[in-house]
Amino acid sequence: LTLMGKAAIAAGPTVQLPFANGERQLAKLPQKRPMILLTARPPQAETPWAVFREGLITPNDAFFVRYHLSGLPTVIDPASFRLEIGGHVGTPLRLSLAQLKRDFPVREIVAVNQCSGNSRGFVEPRVGGGQLGNGAMGNARWRGVPLKALLDRAEVRAGARQVTFNGLDNPPVDTVPDFVKALDIDHARDGEVMVAFQMNGADLPFLNGYPLRLVVPGHYGTYWVKHLNEINVVDSEFDGYWMKTAYRIPDNDCNCVAPGGKPDKTKPIGRFNIRSFVTSHADGARIAAGRVVELAGIAFDGGSGIARVQLSADDGRTWQDARLGEDLGRYSFRPWRLGLTLDRGRHRIKVRAISVSGESQPLEPRWQPAGYMRNVVETLTVEAV
Amino acid sequence: MRAGMLLFGAALIAVPAVIAARPVSIELPVGTVPAELAGDEAAVVVNNCAACHSLDYIVTQPRGKGAQFWRDAVAKMVNVYKAPIEQADAAAAADLLARKFG
Ligand code: HEC
Repeated sequence: LTLMGKAAIAAGPTVQLPFANGERQLAKLPQKRPMILLTARPPQAETPWAVFREGLITPNDAFFVRYHLSGLPTVIDPASFRLEIGGHVGTPLRLSLAQLKRDFPVREIVAVNQCSGNSRGFVEPRVGGGQLGNGAMGNARWRGVPLKALLDRAEVRAGARQVTFNGLDNPPVDTVPDFVKALDIDHARDGEVMVAFQMNGADLPFLNGYPLRLVVPGHYGTYWVKHLNEINVVDSEFDGYWMKTAYRIPDNDCNCVAPGGKPDKTKPIGRFNIRSFVTSHADGARIAAGRVVELAGIAFDGGSGIARVQLSADDGRTWQDARLGEDLGRYSFRPWRLGLTLDRGRHRIKVRAISVSGESQPLEPRWQPAGYMRNVVETLTVEAV
Repeated sequence: MRAGMLLFGAALIAVPAVIAARPVSIELPVGTVPAELAGDEAAVVVNNCAACHSLDYIVTQPRGKGAQFWRDAVAKMVNVYKAPIEQADAAAAADLLARKFG
């Protein structure tokens, strides 16, 4: 450890996330514009909310950064980098980046990545962990090789149960479990899970996993292993710490427990639940009274697709359908717009989405001990003047 | 980066991969001592809790959760991540955090 002196905190602008103890620095990490800094080491930062207003695709230089372990690489040589695929396979592979790009089919998918703990700072009663606002999510166009193609080439053997994923980031000391994640073999071979080398038409930013990261459409970011260099097929259920102990959710219909309670059964976190947000206006915005004001925003779910987005200006008694915009695929943010005419005064606007599979958002927040999967109907206050 | 340097000093010395496959390297911030932990009394936290992550992970936690929250947090570091902290220091760190952050 290089001990730090009793240095003053870095001078720089701060922002206030809208929950207690939510003051954060706006800091510039490598390849990033100023973002809302959660921790400096390892680097963790969320996307400033205004970015979601700029477009459906989250720019690379504003895409959120989440690491668990501070032993991340500081130099990566793409010429000597190798991706290894081994374990319960007939033909282990050791691929250079050039081979990966040349010898396998290349696909693109637009998909949201969202941290399991996105919005944890809003959870009441508060829980420990990364205290994030709503900015630990982003929507990008990922380009890469379907994992299925790699596994097929490696010839998965009969009896395979799961596939594990490890990246170049290491624990700061070796008593901390390495960050390794696992997917069931059928999920890993579904043709959608991808080993991505590009994001929005450019190399992955270093802090988003250069040179390769796993893309697991519709699933929480914990599975989107960065700096991915080891894929291992196993014939049993993988029991590493980050699967067996961490990233567990209540194994019941609502994935929730009474606030402050403990689940009696848990399972690994999986697909996103459905969410929707207003992006056109900030909480507390002033709008014109008595004439049409257009509100706009985004919605997404775990992959069934967004069927409807609705707004309520009367605390959920009546709902109006918004118009859905451009469809970039069922894993993407889906934009929506709706014109509302509001009388002079303060209004609480609620937004909820309904998926193709019929899932919607709860009016009251659900709670789980780790503060994962927040998806309560969001409420925005506007002042019509 | 060393202590006292601004976080904003982090810089990327990257080469666009289209030109040639050249090594990409970054400089990362190490974090500074937050104002809340700057006094001598917080030395037990500063000295024991910055090995694996910066101290902002601690001061951004919710306030007012009570002493047990901090005893549990320190116990997790020691028992799960095997933080090499003397028992007396662990107890003192938990106490200090409870006193400061409730
Ligand atoms: C041996 C390594 C190590 C040491 C030393 C250490 N921590 Fe941690 N700490 C971790 C790891 C690993 C995490 C989890 C990081 C993640 O998932 O983002 C963590 C996370 C945290 C968190 C965030 C909440 C959570 O549980 O994930 C808090 C708060 C925290 N540590 C407090 C402390 C305090 C207080 C001390 C000193 C008494 C300390 N840490 C010392 C490894 C360590």
